[in-house]
This record gives sequence, C-alpha cells and structure tokens, in this order.
Amino acid sequence: MIKVDAISKNYAGKSVVDTISFEAHNQEILILLGTSGCGKTTTLKMINRLIETDTGHILIDGQNIRDKKIEDLRMGIGFIMQNTGLFPHYTIQENIATVPKLLKWDKKHIQNRTNELMHKLHLSTDMLVRYPHELSGGQQQRVGIIRALIANTPVLLMDEPFGALDNITKSEIHTAFKSLDELKNKTTILVTHDVQEAFELGHRIALMDKGKILQIGTPKEMIYRPKNDFVSNFFASNRLLLEHKVTTLADLEKMFHIQDIIQPTLSAQSSLSAQSTVWSALQHLSTDKHDFDRYEKLSKAFAAYRKMQIT
Amino acid sequence: MMKQNFWTFVVEQHEKLFMQVIQHLGLTFSSLLLAIIVGIPLGILISRKEKLAHFILGTAGILQTIPSIALLGFMIPFFGIGAIPAIVALLIYALLPIIRNTYTGITGVSTNVMEAGKAMGMNSRQLLFKVQFPLAMPVIIAGIRTATVINVGVATLASFVGAGGLGEFIFGGISLNNSNMILAGAIPAAFLAIFLDQTIAFLQGLKFRNLNQWRVIGSLITIIALAYYFWPTPTSNKLKAGFTPEFMGRQDGDLGLRAIYGLYMNPKIISDAIMYKAIHEDQLDVISGYSTDGRIKAFNLKVLEDDKKIFPPYYAAPIIKSKTLLKYPDLEPVIDLLAGKINDSLMTEMNYKTDFLQQTPEKVAQDFLKSIHLYKEAGLRNAGKIRIGTKIFGEQYILAALYKMLIEGHTSYAVETKTGLGGTKICFDALVNDAIDLYPEYTGTGLLVLLNPTEENIKEVTQNPEKTYHYVQQEFKNKYGIQWLKPIGFNNAYALMMRNKDAHDQRIKSISDLKAYLSY
Ligand SMILES: Nc1ncnc2c1ncn2[C@@H]1O[C@H](COP(=O)(O)OP(=O)(O)OP(=O)(O)O)[C@@H](O)[C@H]1O
Ligand SMILES: [Mg+2]
Repeated sequence: MIKVDAISKNYAGKSVVDTISFEAHNQEILILLGTSGCGKTTTLKMINRLIETDTGHILIDGQNIRDKKIEDLRMGIGFIMQNTGLFPHYTIQENIATVPKLLKWDKKHIQNRTNELMHKLHLSTDMLVRYPHELSGGQQQRVGIIRALIANTPVLLMDEPFGALDNITKSEIHTAFKSLDELKNKTTILVTHDVQEAFELGHRIALMDKGKILQIGTPKEMIYRPKNDFVSNFFASNRLLLEHKVTTLADLEKMFHIQDIIQPTLSAQSSLSAQSTVWSALQHLSTDKHDFDRYEKLSKAFAAYRKMQIT
Repeated sequence: MMKQNFWTFVVEQHEKLFMQVIQHLGLTFSSLLLAIIVGIPLGILISRKEKLAHFILGTAGILQTIPSIALLGFMIPFFGIGAIPAIVALLIYALLPIIRNTYTGITGVSTNVMEAGKAMGMNSRQLLFKVQFPLAMPVIIAGIRTATVINVGVATLASFVGAGGLGEFIFGGISLNNSNMILAGAIPAAFLAIFLDQTIAFLQGLKFRNLNQWRVIGSLITIIALAYYFWPTPTSNKLKAGFTPEFMGRQDGDLGLRAIYGLYMNPKIISDAIMYKAIHEDQLDVISGYSTDGRIKAFNLKVLEDDKKIFPPYYAAPIIKSKTLLKYPDLEPVIDLLAGKINDSLMTEMNYKTDFLQQTPEKVAQDFLKSIHLYKEAGLRNAGKIRIGTKIFGEQYILAALYKMLIEGHTSYAVETKTGLGGTKICFDALVNDAIDLYPEYTGTGLLVLLNPTEENIKEVTQNPEKTYHYVQQEFKNKYGIQWLKPIGFNNAYALMMRNKDAHDQRIKSISDLKAYLSY
C-alpha cells in the first residue's frame, strides 16, 4: 500500500505538484489522469525518489520511503518510464534481465520468466536478440513493461506505458495486461492522459489538474458523481461511451428483470458474463438482426438505470 | 637511384630502424597507457563534479598548447633525460583528448537511460560500469585514437631528450642532409600512426560491450609498454654522454672518436638545445658542442683537448647564390665589412651574452657594431629585400642580427630574417630553392655534410682551415652556383666537453685522458 501525504514540488518557485494526497491499495490499479504538464510524471517519480519531494511524506507499507536505502526502495518498485528508457547498448534479453541479474537470479529462471512474459504481452521471442532501436515504439514499450514486471516487485509505477500503441493493439494489450497474474498481488499506479484507458484499466482514478488532485474515485463515481464542473467537463466529450462502459450487466440485473436478455447471450457467447459492460453487450447484440428486440430492451433498461444514477 | 639508395639505407640500418620502431611504440604505448589510467578516471570525476570540469579541462587544454620542445625542456630538471621525460611529455599531450572525450561521452548519456538505471535500483558504481561507461565507450575510444595519433607524431621529438624513437633518423637526417635517413624515420612514423589508428578503429568495430574483453586489450597494451622497458638497451658507461644527431653521423664527430681514439661512449642522441641544460643539471657528463659556444662559459664547462686532432677547425662564412650577388650589387662589399672582424674570443663573448646574460641577439649585435664603428641607423629601405636564414642556435641568431643591421645601415636594402630553421639541410635547401638569400655556414659542415667527399679528399683538404675553405668555395660554386663569402674570422670546431669540476676531479684534460679514465 502506498500512502501519499500532502506532497509538493516546486521548480524555480513555480508549483508543479501542490499538496497532493492519495492512497493506492494492494491489488489495485490507481490511475493518475490529467492533461499534459499537470504533474503526473513528477508525482510518480517522487514515489521512487527519482525526484525528491519538497514537503510531505510518502509511505510504502507504512514505512517512510526516506528511511530506506534508496537502492533497496527502488529494487522494490517496478518502474516504467514515459519513453521506455531501454538501454540502447543491451539486447532486449539483456534489458529484461537487468534487474534479475542485480538480484543474482540463475540464468534458467530468468530465461523462463522472460519467455513467459514475452508471450503474455504478445511479443515474439525472436526479438530477444535484437537491440531496442530494432523494435517499433509499441514493442519497445511492452519490453519496458516486461522489464518492470519480471522481478515481481510489490509496487508497480507506470508512466503512460501504452502511449505508442494503435487502438487495436492497445485494446489487445489492455486485455492481456488486465489478466496478468503478476498484477494480482501488487499496488499499481498508472499514469495516463487517455480517458478511455483510465476507465478501462483503473479500479480508481485520480483526476489531476495544475498540480492538484481534483477528485479520486471509482470510474462510476467519476462519471456520475463529479465533484465540480471541471471534473464533469473533463469527461463530457466521452460521456456517453464511458457511462456504457462503467455499467455492468450485473448492475442492471439488480434493478431490472433482464434475465431474458442476458441468459441466451451468455449461453450463446462465452465471452460475455454478468461482469461484462453494457457497452460490450450492446456491441454484441447490435451485430445480429435477430437480437434487435433485446438490444432495444437493454438500451431502455440502461436509460432507466442512468436516470436513477444521475438524479 | 633515389629509391635504390633508400632501400639500401633501410637494409643497412634495419637493426637500428627496428630498435627505433620498438622505442617509438614503447614511448607511445607507455604514455598512452598512463594517459588512459589518469585521463579516464579524471574524465569520470569531472562528469560528476561540474565545477571541477572547467578547471581540469582548462588546465589540460593549456598544457596541450605548450610547444613540445619547450615542454621537453621543462621536464629535464624534474625527470632528467631519456624515456621518462619523453613519456611524461607525451602523457601530457595525450591527456586532453582522453579526459575531454570521457567527459563528453559520459555526460552525453541520455538522462532518460540514466533514470531507467536508477529506477531499477542500480547504485552509482553499477550505473557507471553497466550504463555510462559502455555507452560512452565509442566517444572515449575516439579520444584514445586522437591521443594515439598525436603521440606517434610527438614521439618523434623524444629523440631531443635522448629517448630514441624514429626521431633519431628524422632529425639526424635533417642535420646530416641525408634524405634517406629522414624518410627511413618519417615513413615508418606515418605508417605507425595510420596502423595504430586503424587497429583501434577495428577493435572498436568489434563492439566489445563486455568489460572483460577490454581488460584483454588493456593487458596487451601494458605488455607492449613493459616489453619496451625490458628490451635490451646498451649499458651505460661510467660517464653518460649525449651527442647531437649531427655529431653522431660526422667523421669529425662520433665516428672519429671511435676510429681514432677508440672511444665508445654509447651516447644518448639529444638535441643541441637540450644538451647543455642536461649537462648543467647533471643528467649528462660528456657532451658534444662547438668550441665557441657561449654556454661553455655560462655553464662552467671544460673543453677537452683534442690531442689526436680529429676536430679540425673550420671557418664560418655567409653563403649566398652568385646570381643574388649580381642582382644586389651593393651587397657583397657590405657583408665583407664584417670579414675577419670576429675572432674566437669575441664570438665566445657574444655567445655568452645571449646564452647566459640573456641579452637579445639584436642588442649584442648593435653593441658589437658600435664597438668597431660600423653601426649606422637604418635608412631608406626601398631597393629590394634580402632574406637571411639561420640555424636554430644562438650564434647564428647573432650573426643574422649583425648582417641585418649592417645591410640596412649601409645600403637601401630591406632585410628579413628567418631564424631558427631546424638544421643544416633545411637551411641549405631553403637557400638552393630561393626561400632565403644567405645564411652563415661552417666550412666543416659544407665539406662533410653537404659535399660528401671521399676519405682521401677529406684528409687532403682538412690539413688546415684555409685549404678547406678554398675547397668548399670551389665545389659550391661549381655544384650549386653558391658563393662562400669571406670568412668572418672565428674558427668553429667540434669539441667534447665536461663539467669543469668533474674534469678537474678526475684529472681529465684531453680526450685521451677521458678514454683512459673510461677504460680504467
Ligand atoms: N526539472 C524541471 N524543471 C522545471 N520544470 C519542470 C521540470 N520537470 C517538470 N517541470 C514542469 O512541471 C510540470 C509537470 O511536469 P510533468 O512531467 O510532471 O507533467 P506530466 O503531467 O507528466 O505531463 P505529460 O503528460 O506531458 O507527460 C510541467 O509544466 C513541466 O514543464
Ligand atoms: Mg509525463
């Protein structure tokens, strides 16, 4: 667990991070979301002390990060840089093996873990002998993720790890990423400026602007209970889509009788479940003419649900 | 014919050549190794302490600009003569490129990559060896390449302080007017520079990312450097001798000492400019020199009596092309004003004033001309320009100043002096090719170095200085169209000299005494 307590950072008298506080829990992905220059990277780097705080404290599992030897602190944190930071003079294999080698793992073990993670992130092991400049930007980013994951640190800090991916690859990698067991026992903080990605991956989202956190909450809270105009305006352009995405079939099921919609869908298509979003269910129903009625019924149920949420 | 001679020379001298190449490599590698050992850590240090960077790079930059000969001169009081001062001087030249490139290489590693390393929990040592150093390596190697090429070049000057190397042939050849000898030194030197540069480039191309492989190369360089020290060198005598390259190659020099006196000194070959300093600093005990040199008095040296007469006295006289004399008709009478005016003691006195009392050659010349009532203020200078050359030692500077004042005072010609030309060959070639119009030369040099006569001829014409003068005058006119004007007056002869005190203590008065002392 990471507890950030009123941290600030100034550069030449200009406040870049302004008394920010938040907590990131175990087994949680916390998103730091905000426009360019709002202080996301700075906040993240203060957690592994690449940047020192001016004021405030940061605790990891109750221990102040300043009380630890800096190398030990960082060994316990997987860090993914905004622009990968791969070593240009190391092959992909050597890049991934950097931390395990510092930890003196045996070769076989490193090799196995590497292959496993390469596979999970949809990278061919042929790439292992190449150098970073021989990979595409998106491939490099995934190598960066693997390098941060391999040592299975209890904390993972990710700075726009999927920035260089096209939308199709991005959603593939999102899916792969969400299903990683490696994330199960971790505290993850992920920085992004991509609203959809925040909603896709985040258990909770902290929305930042000009060095301050305006609101922290679950995706649902962010969309239905914005604390101020800035927050609601921030999501305005994606609002409809996001609403569909934060609502699951299970949410609707609690209030409406929609078994007849869900049941056949579930049996026919194993990819949908009660945890599926309204968005993906509608997407699914919209592809088949025979499902026209059920599509309409689900839309109506969602409209009713939405009305209740907002008022 | 030229080519034939060159190869004959190389074949004849191959042992010496090989020795010189080894010495040259040894000097280059040892200094390079030291420069790497000192320069890379310094470069790393200043990459971390920005404040120091300015100071260290500035200092190394200034050291780099010190002229090589001057630097070698500074070294003698601290390191004596031989390989050590040469290596220290070379080290100083090699430092700047290595420090600077290490610094640029390391500070050039992207902050992003450095942050990635830090974020993984690397400590500063790990960062240095796993990230900064390998990434900076190409730049550092480029610095080492630059340093190598500089050092191969500067190492030719090592022969000035008796450290050997290919400079022995190059500067010997210049003093002795022997083009084959110059080439035998210069070609291998150029080749070494290219070869080493390309070898390092090749090694760099192998992309050694592994420190171990670098260690192998490091050890190789060390071995070569060490081999140089354990290479058998001639053992030294009771007395250390240092002779100029010209003296080494002349019949009335080391060759004569061996042949007539049976005196084998195993001398170090050293430049005239540094020789006197070295004997003064007790780095040498016996040196070759000229009998009229002012430094004999200045440094309290004893000229050993040449009891077997191998150093015949020679005249000094200005030499000039006959056609120049025709072109400037007023010239000869004015130059001849000085003929016979300067005897041995006057010349020695003037040399002493510049060498020891540190007076400028111009002042010494003016005082002298005034004392013989020949001094006149320079008047109009519109009738043409005369260029006077000199070799690179004090006496010649004084003579040039004398002629300049004389000509400008008594004629309407302007005079330009080109002083400090690097040796007999350079002066003579300049004269032949009309780069200068006249310079003071010695009949002995004219005879032995420029004319290369047969043994019998030498015997015949060196019976007295008068005869030598007439012979060279005749030969130069026929061969080169060059005129020897009237002798200036003083005799110039080679001499062996020791510190007065030593000579007195060991009761050495003549060269035969020296021989007896050494074989005792
Ligand atoms: N070393 C520094 N010196 C001065 N200003 C800095 C420094 N580092 C960052 N800043 C400023 O601090 C602000 C926040 O920077 P930060 O990198 O945290 O932004 P960010 O939210 O990560 O933006 P992006 O989405 O573009 O990566 C920016 O305005 C930036 O210009
Ligand atoms: Mg950023």
